[in-house]
Amino acid sequence: MTDLIELFLRSAFVDNLALAYFLGMCTFLAVSKNVKTAIGLGIAVVVVQAITVPVNQLILNLFLKEGSFFLPKYNLEFLSLICFIGVIAAMVQILEMTLDKFFPSLYNTLGIFLPLITVNCAILGGTLFMQQRDYAFVESVVFGVGGGFGWALAIIGLAGIREKLKYSDIPHGLRGLGITFIIVGLMALGFQAFLGI
Amino acid sequence: MSSKTSAKALVWDPVFNNNPIALQILGICSALAVTTKLSTSLTMSFAVIAVTACSSAAVAMIKDRIPSSIRIIVQMTIIASFVILVDQVLKAFAFQLSKELSVFVGLIITNCIVMGRAEGFAMKNSVSDSFFDGLGNGLGYSIILMVVGFFRELFGSGTLFGFTVFTKQSAGGWYDPNGLMLLSPSAFFIIGIFIWALRTWKPDQVEEA
Repeated sequence: MTDLIELFLRSAFVDNLALAYFLGMCTFLAVSKNVKTAIGLGIAVVVVQAITVPVNQLILNLFLKEGSFFLPKYNLEFLSLICFIGVIAAMVQILEMTLDKFFPSLYNTLGIFLPLITVNCAILGGTLFMQQRDYAFVESVVFGVGGGFGWALAIIGLAGIREKLKYSDIPHGLRGLGITFIIVGLMALGFQAFLGI
Repeated sequence: MSSKTSAKALVWDPVFNNNPIALQILGICSALAVTTKLSTSLTMSFAVIAVTACSSAAVAMIKDRIPSSIRIIVQMTIIASFVILVDQVLKAFAFQLSKELSVFVGLIITNCIVMGRAEGFAMKNSVSDSFFDGLGNGLGYSIILMVVGFFRELFGSGTLFGFTVFTKQSAGGWYDPNGLMLLSPSAFFIIGIFIWALRTWKPDQVEEA
């Protein structure tokens, strides 16, 4: 049990997907202009991450690996990339339809962010780390939730800072993207401090 | 659109004038984690140039036959196939490097540059134009990767491509390596400063925020 808590804290803070591995940077920088949308996107990433990482873990271990449950004779790991991206796209689609049917209010909040998540590197990155580090099923669930949570935390924090930034006097050439990078750098520095936990 | 000058423009324009990372905010995702060393950034650059150029050309080749409702999936599949190809080549011929790049080769699939060029340019243009456009954008991405990699390796470990430039104190020299350069925050700072420099040089790129 302590192992799992440790894994959660590690994936959420120390090995933060956005700040330590630079994953999901495109959306991270583009959608962090105000806190409200950042929260919506953050929740969407947590949900999708929590579903896709375990599902891909099952697919990897039941079908693709050598000695897998269904196809023990073949080593199909070279197909893993194409399978994972397919699963992610399908999962996002299914999630979108389910939310639309049963939780229309949540669906409206998330809006356009759900389809965007398919091409978010943080999602595929989470899955690939799971494959590389060889997580078992329960670990992959914890890793998915933790990684998604850390990413959400980072984007909400950045959005908060950028909202305040509108009132500050920034050197001309540094406005917009430049200063955002520097802020993200400072945030990453802050998250490094969690290494001590 | 297929004369010699325009092919040249297609390649060079994204390098400084319309840089995918500095101006379009694309493809930062998988890039920065590989820049602690020049050799990995160089490999990553080649991989991305190859994938962008080939997938753009391939998408342009079949653009009239792709139904628009499923075009994203088709593009994804094409890109994923090229990435698998690159991944397998790296594993076969440069196993050590492919280990160091770890998941980031696979992450080229979700690199927004590749997707963005396939969707934004290759769907509307001829095969050769798309190829050159992909090449140019790959180069624009590479130049940032190389700059960041250069500074991080030089100041972080005192070497370039693994050769010693500054002799470290631990080896009897004078240089005290800056460990921060090897951690993630420095990559953000370097890109931020690079963008600042680029925008001071070309003021029309400044955003009025």
